[in-house]
Amino acid sequence: MADLALSGPAGPRPKNRFSRANIFIYGTLLLVSVYYLLPLYVMVVTSLKGMPEIRLGNIFSPPVDITFEPWIKAWSSACTGLNCDGLSRGFWNSVRITIPSVILSIAVASVNGYALANWRFRGADLFFTILIFGAFIPYQVMIWPIVILLREMGLYTTLTGLVLVHTIFGMPILTLLFRNYFTSLPEELFKAARVDGAGFWGIYFRIMLPMSLPIFVVAMILQVTGIWNDFLFGVVYTKPDTYPMTVQLNNIVNSVQGVKEYNVNMAATLLTGLVPLIIYFVSGKLFVRGIAAGAVKG
Amino acid sequence: MADQTSVSIRNLDLSFGAVEVLKDLNLDIGAGEFLVLLGSSGCGKSTLLNCIAGLLEINAGQIHINGRNVTWEEPSARGIGMVFQSYALYPQMTVRGNLSFGLRNARVPKAEIARRVKEAAEILQIEPLLDRKPAALSGGQRQRVAIGRALVRHVDVFLFDEPLSNLDAKLRADLRVELKRLHDRLGNTMIYVTHDQIEAMTLADRIAIMRGGRIMQLASPGEIYNRPANRYVADFIGSPSMNFYEGHLTQDAQVFESGDFRVPLAAYPFDSAQPGGRPVTLGIRPEHVLTGPMAKTAPVAMGATVEMVEPMGSDTLVWARVAGLPLRLRMDGQAAVAPGDQLDIGLDLARAALFDAKTELRL
Ligand SMILES: Nc1ncnc2c1ncn2[C@@H]1O[C@H](COP(=O)(O)OP(=O)(O)OP(=O)(O)O)[C@@H](O)[C@H]1O
Ligand SMILES: [Mg+2]
Repeated sequence: MADLALSGPAGPRPKNRFSRANIFIYGTLLLVSVYYLLPLYVMVVTSLKGMPEIRLGNIFSPPVDITFEPWIKAWSSACTGLNCDGLSRGFWNSVRITIPSVILSIAVASVNGYALANWRFRGADLFFTILIFGAFIPYQVMIWPIVILLREMGLYTTLTGLVLVHTIFGMPILTLLFRNYFTSLPEELFKAARVDGAGFWGIYFRIMLPMSLPIFVVAMILQVTGIWNDFLFGVVYTKPDTYPMTVQLNNIVNSVQGVKEYNVNMAATLLTGLVPLIIYFVSGKLFVRGIAAGAVKG
Repeated sequence: MADQTSVSIRNLDLSFGAVEVLKDLNLDIGAGEFLVLLGSSGCGKSTLLNCIAGLLEINAGQIHINGRNVTWEEPSARGIGMVFQSYALYPQMTVRGNLSFGLRNARVPKAEIARRVKEAAEILQIEPLLDRKPAALSGGQRQRVAIGRALVRHVDVFLFDEPLSNLDAKLRADLRVELKRLHDRLGNTMIYVTHDQIEAMTLADRIAIMRGGRIMQLASPGEIYNRPANRYVADFIGSPSMNFYEGHLTQDAQVFESGDFRVPLAAYPFDSAQPGGRPVTLGIRPEHVLTGPMAKTAPVAMGATVEMVEPMGSDTLVWARVAGLPLRLRMDGQAAVAPGDQLDIGLDLARAALFDAKTELRL
């Protein structure tokens, strides 16, 4: 009996890195990555080339003469209609739209979600159903009524109006997100805080908020990327002076006068995409953790 | 138990939507009393506790605490402290922060807060832990902190919802003793929910056995054990549980009969004179079946055949058959019995229980 333990396999099972399954899995992953990264590569190299080099037509070849001229032009002097100050105006508009919209929508939605999850007030279920129903109404249906509403309030074509629209449209999904997260927190914690004499806001700020960083990061990423990338609301509810970056990008890329400056267009596109990209890189880990921590749980 | 009442519940109704959980419940708890709510899972113990705490809005009835009608009061205004099964410590606060949270909400002066936190930490022996976060505590330490959180508030009534059930057996026994000491020392009213019989029997001044949102019996542990008011309570209390025999009383109500199993009832303490000739249930606890020399002299003696033996160390559980009916009995841990043995047994009828078969109430 005792000798039996000495013969045969022992310890960790040896692994074959180059097994057929591994080659297949990593091969597929590599292929898919290349497929996804290729367009980005083309954009980056094109944006760093001068126009003569682009006319040669080798879109995959790296730039011979690296130039940042297209980037500078895209940022500060590309023309859209009458304005020739590049994307910078749109960038600052987008910043002025995104920051207040994100803060406002998250602030309101988190309180909504908290109230729905923990303070089961009368009619809470009905309220929630209506809110969720709102998430399924196509945006297009509401565009025109909102134009009228904003006009009546004197907010049409203003940044404030657009902020309001973004806040309202973010409400259903964000409220759902927060409600589900707060529901997943232990209910006894909430009860203990009530016995300890904390009120609605006391519990929200001192018990719930400190435990909810991951879900706030998730909400922030959703909102920043969603609002930054928005085109439809931007083009409908603003005017050239207040166009967000995406609308301006479209106008630069689609301008009909003169030759198509591919390098400037690519640079402008990359500039516009930079903000969501940075947000993902900075908070990607927290994002995943937030999703895992009940954001997608019933 | 003092004669003054501390918590009174009158005609309490509570339902979740269409599900009635508590029905017309009445309960009076004396000042300084240790009351245990005992019952199987889902019988409404936690619900009742939450109603007393004010965490659930009741559908009808009244709740009085210390002579004050608190039915519509906020939890924090009721003079109660609560300890939860999951501890429910605020994860982002230190132990000190957890203990003082309620006092800070009540705007108690800083010096007073420090004094009370120190006092509670001393009582519960958690002074070295005051600056740690809950995540860095063991289960037993967390539960102490949770108790401390109720302690610092100097409330009259403590509510415990299965506070020990997440701890391992050894720690549970230790903390149980500590809780009892704490009660002796503080003299507060305590309402304690559990489904652990041992906790209930050892801690309680009185036990309320609940079933389906009703109180089946409210009495001292001894009374509940020795004179269960109905069959449910008799079955619920005691481990292993009581032996039950369905049968009937003879016409003169002097003998219990179930087939060949005949038990003279001369020694049985009837509550009142009973008409004979009707179906009843006889209950005998395994530990009240006499064996050895005592069996021979018992007023009710018979022979049993051993079928199975479960040695449990301190005592031995024997599964036997008497007059064709199964019987569990508890013998000394050193008893030498084996399956197939013939045993002389006696029944201690003074400690047996007879129930009406229909109403299941004690006769
Ligand atoms: N929020 C709720 N909504 C609907 N039904 C509920 C709710 N809370 C409890 N119940 C029901 O009420 C009944 C009593 O629940 P309660 O939590 O009081 O049981 P308990 O005696 O504490 O059980 P346990 O020993 O398992 O803790 C159960 O049948 C439960 O399903
Ligand atoms: Mg419970």
